[in-house]
Amino acid sequence: MSQTHRWLPATGIALAVGLWQLGVSMSAGTLVPGPVAVAKGIGELAVKGLLVRYVVASLFRVTWGYLAALLIAIPLGIALGLSRRGEMALNPILQVLRPISPLAWIPIAILWFGVGDVSAMFLIFLASLLPLTVTALHAVHNIDAVHLSAGLNFGLSRPQLVRSVIVPAILPQLIVGMRIALGIAWLVVVAAEMIAVNSGLGFLIVDARNAGNRYDLVVAGMVLIGVIGVGLDALMRRLERLDSVRWGYADAA
Amino acid sequence: MTMKVRFRDINMTFGSTRVLEDVNLDVREGELVCILGPSGCGKSTLLNIVGGFLQPTSGKVTIDDEPVTGPDPRRIFVFQERGVFPWLTVEGNIGFGLHRLSDAEKRARIAHYVGLVGLRGFEQSYPRELSGGMKQRLEVARALAVDPDVLYLDEPFGALDSITRLQMRRELLRIWEAEKKTILFVTHDIEESVQLADRIVVMSTRPAHIRRIVEVDIPHPRDLSAPRYIEVRDSIFAEIGLAHQV
Repeated sequence: MSQTHRWLPATGIALAVGLWQLGVSMSAGTLVPGPVAVAKGIGELAVKGLLVRYVVASLFRVTWGYLAALLIAIPLGIALGLSRRGEMALNPILQVLRPISPLAWIPIAILWFGVGDVSAMFLIFLASLLPLTVTALHAVHNIDAVHLSAGLNFGLSRPQLVRSVIVPAILPQLIVGMRIALGIAWLVVVAAEMIAVNSGLGFLIVDARNAGNRYDLVVAGMVLIGVIGVGLDALMRRLERLDSVRWGYADAA
Repeated sequence: MTMKVRFRDINMTFGSTRVLEDVNLDVREGELVCILGPSGCGKSTLLNIVGGFLQPTSGKVTIDDEPVTGPDPRRIFVFQERGVFPWLTVEGNIGFGLHRLSDAEKRARIAHYVGLVGLRGFEQSYPRELSGGMKQRLEVARALAVDPDVLYLDEPFGALDSITRLQMRRELLRIWEAEKKTILFVTHDIEESVQLADRIVVMSTRPAHIRRIVEVDIPHPRDLSAPRYIEVRDSIFAEIGLAHQV
C-alpha cells in the first residue's frame, strides 16, 4: 500500500461523519442527533460508568454463548462429517433449523430460562451452533483424501487421525466459519438484550428511547456496537495469520 | 533371492468397468520395479491395492507371505508432492510417523533424513515456502523416516518440471542405493522407467493386464545415449505401438 492509500480508510470515515454533521445541521428540528451529540452521549455514558458496564455485559453473554456453541458444534460437525449415516440422519434437521432466525427462539428462551443472562446466552449459543456445525461438517468433506490416506498409512488410530490430520486440515475453513458465527452472535446479542435483559448495548438502545427519547444515546449504542463488531472481527482475523493455517487461504503463497 | 511382494490373479472392477485383469507379478526384495502404462489404465489402482487402500474384486496380494489387509506403516505410499501436510513444518512432516519413538530418537531420525534429502536449513519451513521438488523430497523423507521395507511411488515426479524431474530420479536412485528398499514405482513415462527400473512391467490400456516384463540389465549410473539404453527404450516404444518419431 502506498502512503496516500493508507489514509483512504480514515478519509472515508471522516467524510461520512462530515456529511452526517452537515445533513443534521441543514435540516432544523430533526430528531436524528449529529455526531457531536452522539460523542457527548458516549462521554455521558462513560462518566456514569454505564459504558464499561454495558459493553462488558454484552461481551460476557457473547463469550459464553459462543464458547458453548464451539464446544458442541466442532466435535458434532466432525463426527457428522466422518459418519455418512450420522449425516444422513441429522442433516435434514439441521437444514430445517437453519433458516429459522435465532430471534424466533426468544419466546421459548424466556419460557425455559426466564428473563436474564441465560436466555440471552442461549440465543447466542443457538445462533452460532448451526453455522459452526455446518462449517465443520463441510470442512471435513473437503479434506484432501491424500492426507487421510497418508495418516492411515502411518498407522494412526482413529483418535490420532482426528487430532493429527482432521483437525489441522479443517482449521483454516473452521476459522472462517468461526469469524462468521461470531459476527452473527454479535448481531443476536443486541436483539436479545432488547427483550430478555436489562443491561448491555441492546438494552441501552431500547432504554434510551423509552426513557425520554434520548436518540443521542440510541445512536451512541449503535456506534459502539459497530466499533466493537469490527474489533471482534479483527481479533478473529489474527487467527488466520497463524503459521499452521495460512496454507488454507488463497493469499498463502 | 526372496520374493517380497506377490500379486496373484488380481482383478478389479468398478461398477461395470473392468480396470485390472489377471495381474500376476512377483517383486524381489530390494528391487526397483516400474509399472508403466498409459494414463487411466489402472496402474494406480494396482498400487492402491498393494498399498492396502483398495480391496481387489478377486485375487490377493501378499507381502512376506502375509496377505495385505490395509495400510501398514511398514510400507509407505508416496503421493505426488501434495501428500505432505501443509500445516506442519519440514521437521513436523518428517517426524509425523515417528510418534512411537522417544524425543531424542525422533530428533536424530529427523536430522538424518533432513540431510539425506538435502533440506538442511529448511527444518522450520512450511511446505508453502518450498518448491515442488523440495516438497517431493520432503514426502520421500517422511516415508523413509519410519524405515519401511517397501515404498510405493505413484507418479511422484509427474507435477515437476523436466529438469527437476531428472534431478529427482538421480536423488531417488542415490537414496535407493543407500537405503536398500523395495520400490514399486508407477509411471506413464517410458524414459523414466528405463532410467530407474531393474524391471519394467508394461501394462496395456484398460482393462489393464501385463503385456510384458522388461529386464533392464544396465548398471547405474545409466548413460542415456548408450546403445543399450536406446535399445531397451525403443523396444518399449514398439511394444506400446508408438513410432519413435514426433
